[in-house]
Amino acid sequence: MNYIKKINYIIIISIIVLVSSCSKRLDLEPPIGLSSIEVYKNASNYEKVIAKLYGGLALSGLAGPAGNPDIIGIDEGFSQYVRILWNLQELPTDHAICRWNDVGIPEMNKLEWSADNSFVKAMYARIYFQIPIANVFIQESSEEKMSDRGFSDENKEEIRVFRAEARFLRALSYFHAMDMFGNIPFVDETTPIGSNDVPQILRPDLFNWIESELLDIEDILLSPSLVPYGRASKAAAQSLLAKMYLNAEVYTEMPRWTDCINYCNKVINDGSFSLDDNYSHLFMADNHNSPEIIFPVCFDGNFTQTWGGATFLINAAIGSTMDPADYGSSGGWNGLRATPTFVNAFSDSTIDSRWKFHTKGEKVISGDTVMVYQNVDIGDVLTNCPDTSGYLVGKFSNLDQMGNPGSHPGKVFPDTDFPMIRLADVYLMLGESSLQNGDAGTALNYINLVRERAYGNSNFNLSNVSLQDFLDERSRELYWECTRRTDLVRHNKFTTSDLLWSFKGGDPNGTSVEEFRNLYPLPTYDIVNNPNLTQNSGY
Amino acid sequence: MNVFKNYLLFIGILISSFSFGQFSLSGKIIDQEGEPLIGATVFINEMGSGSSSDKDGKYFINNIQKGDYSVTFSAVGFKKVSETIVINEDVIRDLTLEEDVLLLNEAVVIGYGTARTKDITGSAAIIKSEDFNKGSVTTPEQLVMGKVPGVKINSNNGAPGSRSTIRIRGGTSINASNDPLIVIDGVPLDNGGIAGAANPLSLINPNDIETFVVLKDASATAIYGSRGANGVILITTKKGSGDKINVNFTTNNSLSSIVKYANFLNADEYRNTVNEFGTQNQIDNLGDSSTNWQEQIYRTAYINENNVSVSGGIAGIPFRFSAGNKHEEGLLKRHQLDRYATSLNISPKFLDDHLELELNSRYVHTDNFFADQGAMWAANNFDPTRPILSGDTAYGGYYETVFTVGANAGKPNRLAVRNPLGLINSKNDVSDVNRFIGNAKLTYNTHFLSGLKAVLNVGTDIAKSSGTVMIPATAASNFFDGGYSTQYDMEKSNQLIEGLLNYSNAETAEDHRIDLTAGYSFQEWSTLMPAYPVLSEAGDTTYAAGLPTDTKNALLSYYSRGIYSYKDKYVVTATLRRDGSSRFSPENRWGWFPSASAAWIISEESFLKNSDFITYLKARAGYGVTGQQDIFSDYPYIPNYVEGNSTAQYQFGNQFISLLRPNGYDYGIHWESTASSNIGIDFGLLNDKLSGSFDYYIKETSDLLASVPPLAGTNFTNFILTNVGSMKNEGFEVNLNLGLLNTSTTKIDLGLNATYNKNTVTGLTFVADTTSLGIQVGGISGGIGNTAQIHSVGYPTFTYFFYEAIYDDNGNPIEDQFKDQNNDSIINIDDRLRSKNPNPNWFLGANLNASYKNWYIGTSMRAELGAYVYNNLASNYGNLQAGSNTFNSQNIHSSFLETNFLENSNEQLLSDYFLEKANFLRMDYFTLGYNFGNKLSDKFSLNAAITVNNVFVLTQYTGMDPEVVGGIDNTIYPRPRIYSLNLTFDF
Repeated sequence: MNYIKKINYIIIISIIVLVSSCSKRLDLEPPIGLSSIEVYKNASNYEKVIAKLYGGLALSGLAGPAGNPDIIGIDEGFSQYVRILWNLQELPTDHAICRWNDVGIPEMNKLEWSADNSFVKAMYARIYFQIPIANVFIQESSEEKMSDRGFSDENKEEIRVFRAEARFLRALSYFHAMDMFGNIPFVDETTPIGSNDVPQILRPDLFNWIESELLDIEDILLSPSLVPYGRASKAAAQSLLAKMYLNAEVYTEMPRWTDCINYCNKVINDGSFSLDDNYSHLFMADNHNSPEIIFPVCFDGNFTQTWGGATFLINAAIGSTMDPADYGSSGGWNGLRATPTFVNAFSDSTIDSRWKFHTKGEKVISGDTVMVYQNVDIGDVLTNCPDTSGYLVGKFSNLDQMGNPGSHPGKVFPDTDFPMIRLADVYLMLGESSLQNGDAGTALNYINLVRERAYGNSNFNLSNVSLQDFLDERSRELYWECTRRTDLVRHNKFTTSDLLWSFKGGDPNGTSVEEFRNLYPLPTYDIVNNPNLTQNSGY
Repeated sequence: MNVFKNYLLFIGILISSFSFGQFSLSGKIIDQEGEPLIGATVFINEMGSGSSSDKDGKYFINNIQKGDYSVTFSAVGFKKVSETIVINEDVIRDLTLEEDVLLLNEAVVIGYGTARTKDITGSAAIIKSEDFNKGSVTTPEQLVMGKVPGVKINSNNGAPGSRSTIRIRGGTSINASNDPLIVIDGVPLDNGGIAGAANPLSLINPNDIETFVVLKDASATAIYGSRGANGVILITTKKGSGDKINVNFTTNNSLSSIVKYANFLNADEYRNTVNEFGTQNQIDNLGDSSTNWQEQIYRTAYINENNVSVSGGIAGIPFRFSAGNKHEEGLLKRHQLDRYATSLNISPKFLDDHLELELNSRYVHTDNFFADQGAMWAANNFDPTRPILSGDTAYGGYYETVFTVGANAGKPNRLAVRNPLGLINSKNDVSDVNRFIGNAKLTYNTHFLSGLKAVLNVGTDIAKSSGTVMIPATAASNFFDGGYSTQYDMEKSNQLIEGLLNYSNAETAEDHRIDLTAGYSFQEWSTLMPAYPVLSEAGDTTYAAGLPTDTKNALLSYYSRGIYSYKDKYVVTATLRRDGSSRFSPENRWGWFPSASAAWIISEESFLKNSDFITYLKARAGYGVTGQQDIFSDYPYIPNYVEGNSTAQYQFGNQFISLLRPNGYDYGIHWESTASSNIGIDFGLLNDKLSGSFDYYIKETSDLLASVPPLAGTNFTNFILTNVGSMKNEGFEVNLNLGLLNTSTTKIDLGLNATYNKNTVTGLTFVADTTSLGIQVGGISGGIGNTAQIHSVGYPTFTYFFYEAIYDDNGNPIEDQFKDQNNDSIINIDDRLRSKNPNPNWFLGANLNASYKNWYIGTSMRAELGAYVYNNLASNYGNLQAGSNTFNSQNIHSSFLETNFLENSNEQLLSDYFLEKANFLRMDYFTLGYNFGNKLSDKFSLNAAITVNNVFVLTQYTGMDPEVVGGIDNTIYPRPRIYSLNLTFDF
């Protein structure tokens, strides 16, 4: 019976081995990816994280065109930064109307959004996706941490600039948040991940904070002549400051026209930028060559693929009898249109090179008195058979200046970059501020520089100029570039009856809406989550 | 060796009986129908030995000294009889044993052990193979559909081997799994999907299954701790026994056909509609053909299944080997599943039966051809006035909608619906999947303490699959990309090691029975899935490879259970489990899961013991806490940076930089826990002719794992999986079994069950609140991002969230008009109402089995009441705009003929007009069989049956099928009606 003893021993030993094979086996690490500690040990990873921050403006997730999205709760293609920004800045204005019945879109068309509108939520989520990543990057790139990690001086110097760029990108997103949402939750590099105490910052305080951030990094950022394309230069920060000052009265009830003028002049006097000879070239596949773009959001047919951004701006606009091949694309999504109000803003002339409406048959040539649009009744856009109606806009294109399509073999993803800030905008900001400051001469000079480029000659130069002229010129020059809502708010025409367009307020003829719609609501979920928040009035 | 020993013993007994001339006990044991009982045991307690009956039911025990003896007669499935027999001469005792309808003494698998049915204090249901659903059943869970109250099983659709949704007493979670834990022969399965397999459970051959035990309440499932919250299904496979070798061969040949088509206009209706409502352009554009596209894509499909099993014992070692193949064609043309399954079970014993080894292994290989299911949608929508073939060779010869102008003239219009047959015939989507499940269980019945045993169980579940999808460049669907070609493969592994000690005094106990178990288990799961690009036919990259998957999680557990029973009247059970999961941080990973329950077998009390009416009555009550950690993410607490793929880079100068993104995480994430209470009774009346049970339960889930927005700015994501909120499920279950008739020629048994369940979300935010919207879910087709349902506090999960339609005087809905619930003159999301949900309050099952001599019939029916289905086909395509919203014509849903809706606004899509009652009664099968026995040949017996599956559905729902898992009807793969001939041979 010796074997029985042996068996008993075996069992006892097995039990001990089993039970003591300790809980370390539960300490599993993700096989893919790097822990937050490992990431910042290595100086070369900083570029990849800052690239993600830039990429957060262009891409919807970690796989292009879709996959592993940054934010969820909305279709991934919809969630791309520029696309949502466009939906909030252009769709509720005379510039655009969208005929899709996707969730949240009709409310945008009609200025009837609620605090649970999916684009309102997505914009907020996108902004507050960028900011914490910027925060952690700024925290991990402090002088102290760099020294602790023993980085070389060369690495330190590069990371210092990246850090300033992270602060710029954070300021840019905070600027968008301030412009659209008003008083918002405030987090910075001292806020821990998972924090449950986030204060609300008032709009004027946020203005001051963004201003101080931008002023602080102005001298650290690279000058436009040195900065690699795609990254933010000193001029990008200066332009953003100008934009802040232009709208300062809206944000703080205190105008800052002189500051706006000064910062516009800084950008102009740098001398690195000039107006592109051809307006169309600003929106084409090779627009990275344009001398005018101060801060682009970059897209590429092979390396930066998204269903938002330029892919959206080009394809969603192609519809009806537009031929996708004319835009370097292989298909159209048949969604976006312009309103008659906006088409009529070009009433003085169609020789304006910014006139990009598609017509059935030939494009209308100068001198024609009758414009042959397709079904000019915008009402049709939202009623029966909208396919063949509405004003189609062909502003963005995936063709290059030579007429060749961009690099993507399937012609689905364009190479076209989105000009987030460009020189013509700076000219018009400078002009508008000068006029506000009583300097009509400078105002006239800069508005006419923009008009001359548009018309190809000085025949259409203005001889005197009003604030209304600036609003209208900005509309024609910068339409579909995500600035219209801000401009209308500054001129108090976004909600009022001063300017009406089809389906403003849900009325086919347009009607005013309540003033509180000058701001978007904070999404309900965050109001509920965060007891420190007060909703914008009216919502 | 054993045989030899026994032989010597036998000789010895033989000699001794001659020497001393003692008495004998003998007789014949029969059942109630007068048939001899083979293998019944006769045990003389005082002697500690006995005998068993032979093939004629006869037994003989020799060598008994004069005296009074307590003798027990027993047989599996029959009530035990104990009586005192006076031996003073050779005694003959013939006996009739009564069938034990309630199987009270039968050992039932309960998780880490077995218990007698009468000792079970929780809510558990046992279904044996003879009660399984009949006909063409491809996946195991469909064997028990409609059989068990509280267990709702719905096949997701009618595709071969399709997955089912199993809910035991409602779902307990929002973002974690609601699937029950499935354990096969002691190996808990991975419940995740396997790429290339429609359903991971379809990789288990239903023919190998002997019993299902469903543990429903926490007192029964708490022994599975963190995985017990949604119930546990224990599957035991067939094993060999005895000395004889039995060979069983079954063959099943079936034809399946479609029952009902989706309601779209036929060619004439479509022409009339366009002529009446369309523009001149559309009228001119009408085609000349009349094509019923749905008829074109479906077919009468053939299913063939063969299984052979060999079981019994060789040299005293019980074994069972089986092999089977199933060839199943889907209704959709080209769809096909071929399954090859083998299994082998061996259970040898060593060391005088002290050491028992049980080896179970099953290996399954399937070849799948997945037909393009997009063709079902295309068949609904393709213009019925178009021909199938274009007459030329472009696009495979199929008629396609092409651009008519511009540089792309003649090329396929990207926004148009593709030719349904073109889709089916151009796509080659194939996979092969292999799965091995096996375990080795070593049980050592210790020498030093009778009743104490040690068990070591090592198990594994490995799946490897790979597949390719190819569409040629000539196909219209991928014309612009130059075709489509991609592949995938997946490797999953699940390793188990566990050890336990069990002590039971069942062998010797009189009044006090004790059963104690304590054990340890470690299980680890891993999934590996590389990423592949999408290529054109020529091999150019269309889409770069996404991110690969490589993930692992582990669970370490200690568990214990004690069962104490006094005089078979009072039973108390307590369990305690401690689980640690790798998914949570070291501070949060351990959880305790206790339970306690008790039962009182009232019918054993003197006041009921002799009752003719109440033959069995047991009251049960239990409470337990179970958990949930199956959250589809293995590292939710770890801050991790992941690099993007090659098409998600960003341009710095003339370089493209790949991205490194931090993923959102919640360091504090921990168990979701569900506390559940159950009270119930089991009863048998009139000699158990009427038996059944009643249970009432409440399940309250707290620390609900839900994906909710964090405070803005505090995480690297806008939705974080975290513990927030709570949920409640409450309901009751009734189960009745009626032995309506039981004579020597005729038998009729009827089983009825009913369940009522009410689910309510009771919390969903960090701060208690009533203003928050909730979590919108239930994506629909029509308008990207639209959702039909919402989880919100005070309502069941997946409550519908719609605009309220306004009706005219004739009761017809007015186009694009909705009730302004908050009277702000604006119709937006604030005007959407929460009402109804896709889960039934009531679900019912009925099972009838009847036999007359050699004939038998069986049927099973299911009903669901109180559920609603959103008719997304009607809402999205039941309007004129659906017919013209691309460059070309498209078919319209028949509901247009009633509504005359012209357009399809965002609000109208979400009108409650499209919400329909989905009550239904479905007959899952009807079978008629004849048992030939040995009539045809001495060499084998034969059983032949004709079965119809999915016999009929009664419903008010106007769509194709009211049984829509999730409640959003947007074309499901039709469930076929299947006609089968089944032949079973036993050799």
